[in-house]
Amino acid sequence: MARIGVFICHCGENIARTVDPIACAEAAKKMRGVVHAVEYKYMCSDPGQQMIKEAIAEHRLTGVVVAACSPQMHETTFRRASAEAGLNPYLCEISNVREHCSWVHEDKAAATEKGIDLIRVMVEKVKKNEELQPIKVPVTKRALVIGGGIAGIQTALDIANGGHEVVLVERTPSIGGHMAQLSETFPTLDCSQCILTPRMVEVGQHPRIKLYVYSEIESVDGFIGNFEVKIRQKAKSVDTKLCTGCGACQQVCPQKKIPSEFDVGLGTRTAIYSPFPQAVPNKPVIDRENCLRFRAARKKGIPIDECTVCGKCYEECPIEPRKAVDFSQTDEVVTEKVGAIVVATGFELYPTDAYGEYGYGKHPDIISGLEFERLASASGPTTGEIRRPSDGSVPKNVVFIQCVGSRDNAKGIPYCSKICCMYTAKHTMLYKHKVHDGQAYVFYMDIRSGGKNYDEFVRRAIEEDGAVYLRGRVSRIYRKEGRLVVLGVDTLSGKKVEIETDMVVLATAMQAQPQTDKLAQTLGIPYDQYEFLSEAHPKLRPVETNTAGVMLAGACQAPKDIPDAVAQGSAAASKVLGIFSSDELEREPVVASVDENICFGCLACKEVCPYGAIEEKEIKDRDGNVVRVVAQVNPGVCQGCGLCVAACRANCIDLAGFNDEQVYAEIKAL
Amino acid sequence: MAAKIEQTAIESFAKEVEEAGGGRAAECYQCGKCSAGCPVASFMDLLPHQVVRCVQLGMRDEVLRSATIWVCASCLTCTTRCPKEFEIAHLMDILREISVREGKVSVRQKDKLRFHRAFLRSVESHGRIFELGMIQNFKMRTAAKQALRDPRVLMQDAMMGKGMLFKRKLRFLPETIKGKKHVKRIFDRVRRLEKSKGKK
Amino acid sequence: MKVGYYPGCSVEGTAREFGISVRKSCELLGIELVDLDDWSCCGATAAHNTSHLLSVALPGRNLALAEQQGLDKLLAPCAACSNRLIAAHKEMTESDTLRSEIADLIEMPYSSSVKVLNYLELILNYGMENLASKVTRKLADFKVACYYGCLLVRPPKIVEFDDAENPQSMDRIVTALGAEAVDWEYKVECCGGGFTISDPKLVETLSHDVIENAEAEGANAIAVSCPLCHANLDMKQAAINARFHEKRKMPVFYVSELVALGCGATPEEAGINKHFVDSYALIR
Repeated sequence: MARIGVFICHCGENIARTVDPIACAEAAKKMRGVVHAVEYKYMCSDPGQQMIKEAIAEHRLTGVVVAACSPQMHETTFRRASAEAGLNPYLCEISNVREHCSWVHEDKAAATEKGIDLIRVMVEKVKKNEELQPIKVPVTKRALVIGGGIAGIQTALDIANGGHEVVLVERTPSIGGHMAQLSETFPTLDCSQCILTPRMVEVGQHPRIKLYVYSEIESVDGFIGNFEVKIRQKAKSVDTKLCTGCGACQQVCPQKKIPSEFDVGLGTRTAIYSPFPQAVPNKPVIDRENCLRFRAARKKGIPIDECTVCGKCYEECPIEPRKAVDFSQTDEVVTEKVGAIVVATGFELYPTDAYGEYGYGKHPDIISGLEFERLASASGPTTGEIRRPSDGSVPKNVVFIQCVGSRDNAKGIPYCSKICCMYTAKHTMLYKHKVHDGQAYVFYMDIRSGGKNYDEFVRRAIEEDGAVYLRGRVSRIYRKEGRLVVLGVDTLSGKKVEIETDMVVLATAMQAQPQTDKLAQTLGIPYDQYEFLSEAHPKLRPVETNTAGVMLAGACQAPKDIPDAVAQGSAAASKVLGIFSSDELEREPVVASVDENICFGCLACKEVCPYGAIEEKEIKDRDGNVVRVVAQVNPGVCQGCGLCVAACRANCIDLAGFNDEQVYAEIKAL
Repeated sequence: MAAKIEQTAIESFAKEVEEAGGGRAAECYQCGKCSAGCPVASFMDLLPHQVVRCVQLGMRDEVLRSATIWVCASCLTCTTRCPKEFEIAHLMDILREISVREGKVSVRQKDKLRFHRAFLRSVESHGRIFELGMIQNFKMRTAAKQALRDPRVLMQDAMMGKGMLFKRKLRFLPETIKGKKHVKRIFDRVRRLEKSKGKK
Repeated sequence: MKVGYYPGCSVEGTAREFGISVRKSCELLGIELVDLDDWSCCGATAAHNTSHLLSVALPGRNLALAEQQGLDKLLAPCAACSNRLIAAHKEMTESDTLRSEIADLIEMPYSSSVKVLNYLELILNYGMENLASKVTRKLADFKVACYYGCLLVRPPKIVEFDDAENPQSMDRIVTALGAEAVDWEYKVECCGGGFTISDPKLVETLSHDVIENAEAEGANAIAVSCPLCHANLDMKQAAINARFHEKRKMPVFYVSELVALGCGATPEEAGINKHFVDSYALIR
């Protein structure tokens, strides 16, 4: 026998002004199954909640309906109150008579009638409610961090220092990311590697961080608290357990002229290489594309074991009794079990050869901002001297162009890349500090310097270091007698301008790493049209995704600078530590379930589920033969959206808390 | 004297330009790339991006009376490179049409309009251009002023004319086509249509 | 290979050598040209500078005629003509209102069936290997700055031909003829276009820079595919020299003349004798 209690809130004047709570209470008392109906000014207040608790005890209520504001506001409040009074919280329902009634109508009489209807609807529903229990999911207290740049490093350290193991996967042979390539960082002009490498070493030596470099994510299965990740360790051709990082192999490698990725093509490396001297781990890998031995084996069509070309690295390796160089090494796929994943894959830059009006890349002295960093860097290809790639001479002036690719609808990149205004100002200062009588020019559209001490930094570049800022875009750059001519405009003075220069630096757009879409699909997380990964809410949930257990940090989510990447790294870590704070995760029991007796395995539900929460399940007979295939909902992943319920042809999926009976009861009550 | 910025002027000019096919001026974010690459900018008064700015701010006369819209050579560099894909060269066409309709053509640039008119007069009469006739027509209306401005020009034109005759590159008589009257009808209809549109 | 032919007004007059060489080169390559009967002026710059409707109606008449005469491909050698014909075609294709408005104006329907080609595209379609196989006189001494100007390649969304910043079609053609295509920086910089008569100073200033860069980058000839460019660079070269107190002698060829020469035509058959700047020196 139903014994429902109805509690109607005035919400001050918010509800009471349009929906008459007393009339509602009177009407509710007459509804079948309702044994108690009262109204109160502020139901969500302590006295209000106390009223509910006392009523539950006094009237032995089997269900509670609170007619008040949106469930988004206080469903949790009233359910908690009910639970404290000993009533299963899922036997408490909210009837929204504010957002759905008093706030959208003016006619008091009609609104009150509607209010009464809304209450009746919920009363009928509650009669069909079941006592649901939160779903408990075990948690593997290990985290996976994808990407070893500054954001990934920060996340890994925070989680590891928070007491949990971290698996850090990095695609290139060393962690450090783009920050390791920078010369100095704004707004302090700190040496980038000096502040980064201690963190890198900390990661490399941390007892709770398991570092996989030269590796990629192969597959991800499972759900929050219970992910199973396959990681492909690409063959390094070096046994890292034996290698001591002495570097002898790199000294003797005859392939010395391979363009170095770390130096963005401005410098060279060998085929067996460590990307930079401070690499962590400092163990080399062999670039099989360019290694003479591997090339010869491919050309001759013989297995690598039979190839005897070169092999100098192997000979030179001092390790005994077995050399650390191992040509026959193959890729290895390992499986790791983790409970949470943080994606921190960072960014790449828009190419400098994309603009025909800037030469389609045929002018070697037109370079990207990152290339300029390598020139300015003391550990770079020119040991920190600014020199023209074409002839090695020192440029007498440099033109910097902002917004190359960014804010360019014609190129499909309407967004702003956020960091270029700041690093360009920095570049003008670095240039001036190194070439005292040089002149820097900057073509800009706007100056975006909103961070702490940022605008002062840009003003310093202009007022103290003499950078000349011209407001306008550049239409064309062409070659003239060994120099470059830049045709731009200064809209502030209203003049077309022409500058003869020795070097042009293009501040190219920040973009997502290539194949981010594939990674996102592997993880089951959404991404936008630029392949930036999508946060759960742009304002309030910037480091979570819509997929429970997968977090984001750094430039993979959107262009940002180092402080923001680090902040996001720590934020993501805090979310992970939150997940790891209990041995079990409690989830809302509003999940779907399949009646396997009816299900005939069409799997339409699996097709429509946006969260990958539905899987195939094989029904076997006693001999182990598969008799049928049915759908199975993973209660750990299901978000209760109900799409599967709508899609099911056999009407055999139902949603707990919103099952067919409950919903039909609501409809019939109207 | 400050330029008055008025909402009605802004909205009406923007609407007029948009309805005539000149695009939505608000889309231009004034980066100036059009001006930066304009090969004839040094002969202009307003720079191309300033023309768009005037449309954005409802400054009609400033732009309709400018030399700029006539100096524009329709090279289409601006349209090609504009990051917002705004068709500035086409806007110039639209502004030229309005400028003529309202009698606001820049005096110093009138020769260019006279040439266009001589050209079209030749087409209307013959169906194709009769170059000799067209040049004569144009020269008659402009030679005196051109000579005053730059006497060299007359000499050079004469040399060029002599060269063309010598190399047999000039027809002495116009060639008319069968469809001459058809072409004339097209001109008449267009004039009528434009007159009625102008009255609105 | 058979295509419709829209000569355009200049080709019959001041750009006579363009027309002569187009016909001669097509004859030597075996491309049949079917003249568009009763073609009229496309309106060029004058129309679109003063009247949008006229600027679509005049080319529209020719497109409709071509359609009526069963010419689905129409060669228009003059860059202004091809640009305006293509623009009118596009505008009518994209707007039914405009299409019917124009149909009323020109008394003919047009159902967007005509593909307008410029000379470069015609020869590209012919095929570079095919072209090379027809070469009897290699243009081995030629270092050609291929000058495209504005209207052949801009705006890219309308003409949809080659690349608007670093086009290569003409370069490929002259290379197939045995010449060297110079890499230079003024390929698509405006020569001053239609202002030859109405603003000589403007034209001379712009055209001067084109010739200067061609010479600076090592070219001994400029190739064009537009009567306006040719007039400004060739016929006005004397005036340019006078204004800038220079004594340059840069021969300017129509690309069709080069094709004709390469395939065995005599200089007179190719129209070279009509150049203002003596262009015989490089021809063997």
